[in-house]
Amino acid sequence: MKGNEAIGEAAIRAGCLNYFAYPITPQSEVAEYLSRRMKEVDGVFLQGESEVAVSYMIFGAAAAGARVFTTSSSPGISLMSEGISYMAGAQCPAVFVNIMRGGPGLGGILPSQADYMQATKSMGHGDFRLLVMAPASVQEAVSMVMQAFSLAEKYRNPVMILGDGLIGQMMEPVEFLDDYKVAPTNKDAWATNGMGTRKSKARNLVKSLFLDPEALDKNNQILKAKYDQMKREEIQYETYNADSDYRLLIVSYGTMSRVCRTAIDNMKKEGLEVAMLRPQTLFPFPEKEILAAADVPTCEAVASIEMSMGQMIEDIQRSVQGKKPVHWYGKCGGDVPTPEEVTTFLHTLIA
Amino acid sequence: MGKAFQKPKALAEQVTHYCPGCTHGVIHRLIAEVIDELDIIDRTVGIAPVGCAVLAYNYFTFDFQEAAHGRAPAMATGIKRVRPDLFVFTYQGDGDLASIGMAEIIHAANRGEKFTTIFVNNAVYGMTGGQMAPTTMPEQRTTTSPFGRDPKDVGMPIKVAELIAALQTPAYVTRQAVLKPGQIVKTKKAIKRAFQYQLEARCFSFVEVVSTCPTNWGLTPVEAIKWAQESMLPYYQLGEYKTPEAA
Repeated sequence: MKGNEAIGEAAIRAGCLNYFAYPITPQSEVAEYLSRRMKEVDGVFLQGESEVAVSYMIFGAAAAGARVFTTSSSPGISLMSEGISYMAGAQCPAVFVNIMRGGPGLGGILPSQADYMQATKSMGHGDFRLLVMAPASVQEAVSMVMQAFSLAEKYRNPVMILGDGLIGQMMEPVEFLDDYKVAPTNKDAWATNGMGTRKSKARNLVKSLFLDPEALDKNNQILKAKYDQMKREEIQYETYNADSDYRLLIVSYGTMSRVCRTAIDNMKKEGLEVAMLRPQTLFPFPEKEILAAADVPTCEAVASIEMSMGQMIEDIQRSVQGKKPVHWYGKCGGDVPTPEEVTTFLHTLIA
Repeated sequence: MGKAFQKPKALAEQVTHYCPGCTHGVIHRLIAEVIDELDIIDRTVGIAPVGCAVLAYNYFTFDFQEAAHGRAPAMATGIKRVRPDLFVFTYQGDGDLASIGMAEIIHAANRGEKFTTIFVNNAVYGMTGGQMAPTTMPEQRTTTSPFGRDPKDVGMPIKVAELIAALQTPAYVTRQAVLKPGQIVKTKKAIKRAFQYQLEARCFSFVEVVSTCPTNWGLTPVEAIKWAQESMLPYYQLGEYKTPEAA
């Protein structure tokens, strides 16, 4: 299946039958696919008038207790910043998929990884984080989308899947496993699903405004506790060739990490060992794991290889705590670096 | 002797923060009375704006969501699409609906989303201290039009009811006022009619209510009513602009 379509189907298989979206290259195929498919499963499909409006359709529906998601790409995600901040402040669950394209501004329509900081550090104003997952294949996109709904509901927080244009556009074989299908949680404690639905005389209020400073502080403490729990419980990552006496550690995610695998295989043929740690969750970030992987005696340096001007590198530098030098390689126009280009770069670090 | 008047069940036992002479209190009460009369409190979800009515949710006893500035019609769309059985209304002021939220209201109305919007038009931005609104009258002084609104510079005020009525999708669009008792009675009838259309899942319904803001107009409540009658009503004419039957 095409990545974009698989992402749409994954949401349905995860029990999410509500989709609001706005077209934007390179992910419009999700809306095109779901405009037909949602009808088949008696779900809700609506193309909103802008990403701004869509983010609030998501908020309203989520606040009323529905499982809901949207997909967009970089400039569209920027438009959703405000809505996502509101949702985090009001503790509403939803899934947002960003199929990254070149930026900043109108940028380009080819793949990039240049929204890393936006997604992991500051998806909107105020003190909040998103749980961010980054698939490296269409199959992984499917399983991450399916996991995302239960994670969003577990934490009552928006969750973001950070893909790139390549993941969205390419076709790969996909299996829809039931492993991640979770029944929707009971939201009667907080959702505005109608007092009659809850058989309650107490009304629910979904808001993010806390004019009293103590109340606002308390809300922020509640949010922080969630992010601390994510750091304890939700880190996911994979390693490649880490059993070897590697001299270099690559940290890379998504499509870029697949190119790095090939580069690592190339280097191995020349007798040069390179390992990779691939974060699958970007927030929470596998800090301790990266430190441990970098801190082995044979490892001379760490390389952040990303399709950006150097965003994840700052998290890697922080994780490595100065124990080894951290280098960056990347391209930002939309061309995915080739294995040969990566190999050439790796050669500049080890001979 | 029986009870002649009582606070509606849908209205909370709460002193409001609104200014003396503010018509928000009147409109809140009308909405609450209609909800009681239609017996829909158990499935109602109100959506509060950003503006003086940002705390509207404190004055009602049913489910409420707080929208970002201007976005209430989009939130209402989300709710009605996933839970068409819920009764949803947005309550919005000049800035919320006619400025930042103009795209959201036009598109929700055009799609014919089956919710109701109550639009409180008092020709100024109240909560933020009296700045000019898209509905501010020509020559009206506000904190950001200190020399009076100049139509040659910033155009004429927007007649939102007419704008929405010009859309092709059938709807109920009306403009009412709460400046005199007779108008208040008519406003309640309009709100009830609008809510009934939603109960029939018939169309989008829009009730614009010409209101006063004594504090930011720099007038007493009584002077404010007079100013609204003399300066606003000739421009913002009352009446039914669109009904689904006429479509």
